[in-house]
Amino acid sequence: MAQDLEQLRTHWRAWLETNCPDEMRDGPASEADICWGGANWQFASEAQEVWLRRCASVGITVPTWPKEYGGAGLTRDEEKILHQEMKRINARTPLQSFGIWMLGPALLAFGSDAQKQEILPPIARGEIRWCQGYSEPGAGSDLAGVQTRADDCGDHWVVNGQKIWTSYADKADWIFALVRTDRDAPKHKGISFVLIDMHSTGVSTRPIQLISGASPFCETFFDNVQVPKTQVVGQINRGWDVAKYLLTHEREMISAGGALMGGGRALGAVLADSETGNSDPILRADAMRAEIDGLAFGLTLERYKDQVEAGGSVGDASAMLKYAGTELNKRRQELIMGAEGSAALEWEAGLPGSWLRSKANSIEGGTSEVMLGIIAKRILGLPG
Amino acid sequence: MVKLVETTDEILLADTARGFLDRAAPIAHLRGLRDAGQVGDDALWGEMVAMGWAGVLVPEAQGGSDMGHAAAGILAREMGRTLATSPFLSTAVIAATALRQGVDSRSGDRLNQIASGQLRYAIALDETSKFAPTMAEMQARRDGNGFRLSGTKRFVVDGAQADRLLVLARTDDGLTVFDLPAGRAGITRHVTPAIDSRDVARIDLADVAATGDDVLGKVGDAMAVLAPAFQAGQAALAAELSGLTSGVFGMTVGYLKERKQFGVPIGAFQTLQHRAAHLWCETEITAAAVLNAGRLLDTTPDQAELAVSLAKARATATAQLAVQEGVQMHGGIGMTDAFDMGFFMKRARVAAEWLGDYGYHAAIVARHRGF
Ligand SMILES: Cc1cc2nc3c(=O)[nH]c(=O)nc-3n(C[C@H](O)[C@H](O)[C@H](O)COP(=O)(O)OP(=O)(O)OC[C@H]3O[C@@H](n4cnc5c(N)ncnc54)[C@H](O)[C@@H]3O)c2cc1C
Repeated sequence: MAQDLEQLRTHWRAWLETNCPDEMRDGPASEADICWGGANWQFASEAQEVWLRRCASVGITVPTWPKEYGGAGLTRDEEKILHQEMKRINARTPLQSFGIWMLGPALLAFGSDAQKQEILPPIARGEIRWCQGYSEPGAGSDLAGVQTRADDCGDHWVVNGQKIWTSYADKADWIFALVRTDRDAPKHKGISFVLIDMHSTGVSTRPIQLISGASPFCETFFDNVQVPKTQVVGQINRGWDVAKYLLTHEREMISAGGALMGGGRALGAVLADSETGNSDPILRADAMRAEIDGLAFGLTLERYKDQVEAGGSVGDASAMLKYAGTELNKRRQELIMGAEGSAALEWEAGLPGSWLRSKANSIEGGTSEVMLGIIAKRILGLPG
Repeated sequence: MVKLVETTDEILLADTARGFLDRAAPIAHLRGLRDAGQVGDDALWGEMVAMGWAGVLVPEAQGGSDMGHAAAGILAREMGRTLATSPFLSTAVIAATALRQGVDSRSGDRLNQIASGQLRYAIALDETSKFAPTMAEMQARRDGNGFRLSGTKRFVVDGAQADRLLVLARTDDGLTVFDLPAGRAGITRHVTPAIDSRDVARIDLADVAATGDDVLGKVGDAMAVLAPAFQAGQAALAAELSGLTSGVFGMTVGYLKERKQFGVPIGAFQTLQHRAAHLWCETEITAAAVLNAGRLLDTTPDQAELAVSLAKARATATAQLAVQEGVQMHGGIGMTDAFDMGFFMKRARVAAEWLGDYGYHAAIVARHRGF
């Protein structure tokens, strides 16, 4: 087996050498440089497009998905080898998307064969961009309180209501949303998970500006939107199961991102490169602690992945990954700002953007307080 | 590829160890020893030896079971959970690893004797109040073909019960490890039980004679022998601390469910829930670092330094948080000697210092990470 893996390493090394454009052997210069794909996607460069197409053609935009759905069918060990080889040449992630992180895993678990065949390959190729319609003005931490309703009109549903904080709703082609299909059932039992074309008549979005100056998310409105019945994932009124499964993936994804944000650079290197960071004893000590916690957190992610591969599951412990990873990233970002001093205070530096953005990590996908509540009740079995 | 999950064998080992320790060495056992003014229990160690624990890092050729560092960590963790007291770390982990570095006929015999329970070792290292391996000042003066050692070693863990001592001293050629019988003329031991009621000694050496045969490894090259031994000890001690942490955490969560105030279990209060949940997150993250250290010592020992220091630093900090929260969440009863909580707190404090405190290991991590 070890020998097979080494052969695989040789294979990917050669493939990357031939196929990864030079411009893609370097981290994205800014958020605008990240490839999100979608029907209206404007590639930032020819290299970005070439890189996406080549990766998609061999399934490595979604390495562990089955080949029939656009993946490469790799095991986790095999994926690890691929990622190590990509990292070795600093190859950029070819495509990021909510379709890959959230919808894909949920469809693989709950979708019908037809849904998987129709929806997954375009996600893998970066052709359709998805957004997540969970939160509502009255349903945040208490997500099961969603009020957006879908009324049964025979062969289709009619959706009315409002979503909020929908990241990239204005750029997305489709939305996966939670809607209430039974208003008389207990709140968790009357929700369905539906897929809605953002170009349907009656869907509109309005951008909301963030403290980071960016405006990546929106209010989303549904006004008598017709949705075919085939676009429900899983059973009608049982959407909460799908929603929870997806949230588990979302939390893992946010936590993994959290550990890597700030370029994944060792804080020591950040301090050493800054003008005075390294000589400030308090900053240095705080950074050393954060570095220790960050390394241990990285191992925890590895451990959980190994457990999943060995047949276990992460389950409610994803709340731990989400909580610890995002709090850690906020600490890192504060330390980086401290190390850079006044040089970090201009918008042009790009740093305040990531620093301010990091504050959302412990809110989006479920707040830290909610995560701690999940751990206390579901893992520790505390009462109440 | 290193896997951070326990194998079936490891789970079995942990279960066996747990069953044994719950029966033979619950916290009440430590309390009994303390109340009787004793620092160790030969019979308990004898049983551990019989189960092969003393030979966990001894090669099979020398009569050991050679289960490796991850396994040693599992045993240490389970011992930490019930605060079992034994010379396991000093003898089976640290001394055995030191003796393994270039086995010759003498060290081979001693490894044999460690595995069979005939020899207990202690490491006589520090002369100041902090772990500082390279700062030893004790002189090993040349005397004809041999050496003469004089000076005082402090905080020698398991020192009172040890049959042999690894003594770190300075020769003209640099730091050298001497492997001496504890009863050699000129050696006096003062039992100075530590706050955790375990065996800690101050050891005076007054003109102690040593020959070239007493040198472990090469004259002037102590670290070749000691560096791997310290890493093994630090990884196992980190594991012990993580076991201690789960022991105290289990007690605390149990108490949150049972103690009532204002007509409800105190575990229903969100402040306590969130603190308990935070603590659990810390224990999970530390567990990964501990397992990783054992794995790397088994697979790529020459690249394990960062992993080991990471584990010891994290385990030290997590245990400290766990005992503090443990006492606080128990309220008044947590402060009483009649309750076991204090034993956890004291053991965590001693283990925090032994083989390098948080700062010592943080500095090593920092060096590896470009600070
Ligand atoms: C940048 C960003 C992007 C987002 N993207 C999306 C998206 O694409 N799609 C989407 O559907 N949603 C998205 N969200 C929404 C996000 O999931 C919600 O903001 C989040 O779930 C919190 O809900 P809320 O904002 O209503 O806060 P509230 O639920 O009102 O919480 C306010 C405060 O009260 C605390 N609190 C609430 N309940 C409890 C409790 N039981 N115990 C203790 N404390 C409690 C919270 O922790 C928080 O501190 C995004 C949010 C952000 C910031």
